[in-house]
Amino acid sequence: MDVVLLSRLQFAFTIMFHYIFPPLAIGLGVILAYLETRFYFTKKPIFAIACQFWTKIFVLNFAIGVSSGIVMEFQFGTNWATYSRFVGDVFGSALAAEGIFAFFLESGFLAIVAFGREKVSAGLYLFSMYMVALGSVFSSIWIVVANSWQQTPAGHHIVDILRPVSMPDGTSEMMPWIVDGVVQRRAEITDFMTMVFNPSTVQRLSHVLLGCAAVGGFFVLSISAYYILKDKHHDFARHSFNGALLFSLAASIGLGINGHSQAQNVYRNQPAKLAAFEGHYETGRADLNLIGWPNEREERIDYEVSVPGGLSFMVFDDFTFSKPVVGLDRFKPEDRPPLLIPFFSWRLMVGFGGLMIVLCTLGIVYNRKQQLSTKRPLLWTFVFAIGFVMIANQSGWIAAEVGRQPWTVHPPVVWDESGKDLVTAADGVYQYDETVGLRTSKSFSAAVSVEEAQTSLVLFAILYAALTAVWIMVLDRKIRTGPEPLPATSEFEGLGVAQSAAHRQHARLNEKEKDRGGAS
Amino acid sequence: MSSELLCIIWFVILNVLLIGYAILDGFDLGVGILHPFVAKTDRERRLVMNSIGPLWDGNEVWLVTFGGALFAMFPNAYASIFSAFYIPFVLLLFALIFRAVSLEFRSKRQHSFWRKFWDILFFIGSTLAAFLFGVAVGAVMQGLELSELGDYQGTMLDLLSGFSISVGLLTVALLAMHGAIYLYLKTEGDLQQRLVGWMKGTYYLFLALFVIVTFWSVFFVPASLQHFGDYPILWLVPLLNIIAIANIPRAIAKEKPFYAFLSSCCTIAALVFLFSAALFPDLLPATNNTAFSITIYNAASSTLTQKIGLIIVAIGMPMVLSYTTLIYWTFRGKVELTDTSY
Repeated sequence: MDVVLLSRLQFAFTIMFHYIFPPLAIGLGVILAYLETRFYFTKKPIFAIACQFWTKIFVLNFAIGVSSGIVMEFQFGTNWATYSRFVGDVFGSALAAEGIFAFFLESGFLAIVAFGREKVSAGLYLFSMYMVALGSVFSSIWIVVANSWQQTPAGHHIVDILRPVSMPDGTSEMMPWIVDGVVQRRAEITDFMTMVFNPSTVQRLSHVLLGCAAVGGFFVLSISAYYILKDKHHDFARHSFNGALLFSLAASIGLGINGHSQAQNVYRNQPAKLAAFEGHYETGRADLNLIGWPNEREERIDYEVSVPGGLSFMVFDDFTFSKPVVGLDRFKPEDRPPLLIPFFSWRLMVGFGGLMIVLCTLGIVYNRKQQLSTKRPLLWTFVFAIGFVMIANQSGWIAAEVGRQPWTVHPPVVWDESGKDLVTAADGVYQYDETVGLRTSKSFSAAVSVEEAQTSLVLFAILYAALTAVWIMVLDRKIRTGPEPLPATSEFEGLGVAQSAAHRQHARLNEKEKDRGGAS
Repeated sequence: MSSELLCIIWFVILNVLLIGYAILDGFDLGVGILHPFVAKTDRERRLVMNSIGPLWDGNEVWLVTFGGALFAMFPNAYASIFSAFYIPFVLLLFALIFRAVSLEFRSKRQHSFWRKFWDILFFIGSTLAAFLFGVAVGAVMQGLELSELGDYQGTMLDLLSGFSISVGLLTVALLAMHGAIYLYLKTEGDLQQRLVGWMKGTYYLFLALFVIVTFWSVFFVPASLQHFGDYPILWLVPLLNIIAIANIPRAIAKEKPFYAFLSSCCTIAALVFLFSAALFPDLLPATNNTAFSITIYNAASSTLTQKIGLIIVAIGMPMVLSYTTLIYWTFRGKVELTDTSY
């Protein structure tokens, strides 16, 4: 294996591990902000119990999310030095903005949320909760901006890098920097706002945030369904389940609607990617493939079950089911994304997305009939559904990133005047403008050897596997312990919330300190 | 604003971020280095960990922001330095992960084996991180062999020289001292009394290594004093540094630990400054051909990006400082164990 492949594997592996945590943080953050608001205004103990329980889980996830996130920021430099030099001016700016605007906000106020309930007023605590939720959303904004710029670059130009060269007369002049006969070029920002709002940012950001909301919702559903099944924490479980059900349904339906228009956006900006998603080879009227196995050698789909003209309809909202869709035959073999991974991860995402809507609808129907607690298979499905949602999130990203190949910076595509086909040469094949993109195969770090890349990949695999095991163990224990009931609150009524909370904390502290040494 | 001036401004801002990181995460790395030695009982260990509990995460963001700013403003330096220190930086990432998860996981179970395991990992992570930061600083001061594009030509072992290892050890000692003083401020009773000895011990260790590294760099690392001839005013910094270092035992003896802490903050700031002054205008000197050195001018982003960055800093930094202040104010005073502690 070469350094490029090893670095790609390492990036894929570390980002997939990392991406377990941000959606949980964003999704749970929003839910926590809601619960905390309800508590602030109603003072009902059920909300206090819920907040304390979810906060603990939130903090646990956050710590791993933060530390595995630093890995991502370092990795552009360690493994993708050529890429970093090429895009730093643009891409780096988005990452720096993320640090200043999002991470400080998140981590600062998380301190209050995690450790400061007794130290600050209820108002400031609520504010801190909002800031943590906002910080994690900000963070997703900047990182999606950076990633979307790779997919659909805008607001920049690609220029020769100038270096001072001393002239015979003793002065020095800025000349293009040439190394081994190659003029060195890079991307530079020309218009910051156009870069931020590049053609795919808004679509992709909405999709990512809805995906995070679904993760948060289904995470709550999973745990509360488990409690309902075990007949534990009855009130807490019912309330959490009902709330999360509506929230998850809204997120799932939103994902479907937004996903549809996002796929159309992908077609406009990265037609090869959409063709890979759908296994669509031949430019022309396109079928929507439901079942099949892409056969890359013979350029067709085996064992196929398709809706005739279905893809034409999806791409153009075309009720004649006949408009031509650009297929992979418009692209040279070396310009095509690999097929199998985008094809199947795309289907996995869409399939699980549909399942999420069905599950939530069933849940709501049986809930209204008051039959939910008797539908044990459905409840068990809810317990494990968080896994589907996580897989849907991950496979959506896999489809998006593998579908971007063979580029790290995708060159913009040029459509002909009618907007129906790409501007192609006489042979009907599209020629990308290589100078405005960057190939993955050229993006790697020349300083890194195969042995070093192997070593780090193996070490990351071991570390992350161990971390996952411990995380699941600790999480499982927390879930089994469940929300801790507050001691009878009535005696503290009339004291004001801050004070009565302090009393409660004090009472619990004394007993817990003695017998558990703080294990919680 | 001229493009050269912008490069210098960004060099200064990066220094501010680095100093912020070294001072703030410095004390919590130091606390981690001392953790297994100063705390005897489980309660004391928890006190030690919780003294940085609410703060370490925010402190680490200074590093993340430093990395992001380097990437955005000097992409060539970011690319070359990070790929040159490939394995050391992967280990550094592991060290930072060890710290984060030990803090988080340790309190989740009672078994003494469980807790001991995370205690050790917390110590290893903190010490390794401090050491690797120092090694990187030492190696960058000495310079690396670079290609014309700025890619590192040597091997991983070339990064480890007597000098870079000494700077690594110096960093461990410095941060241990910084952490000891911080812990003294945050604790009471027996634990606090025990820290007096640790403050002194780490201080003398730091002093010895400081003298060694100072002589080593003055005599054998030519870059270290390169600007001092042209700008004699720079001598103020080592002078103030020596005063700050001398003030640490004095403040400890007078039982004014907060002054000792301020002095150790000044020492860290001065050392980062001297490191940058030794480099300027390089960010990564090439030993094989000075024309290949990566400087703040040839590594810089476009003028427009530098200006956009300044706007981002102007909007973001006041906010960052205000909530950093809020957090440190909220968690001021002696550390206590509560229901939400680690």
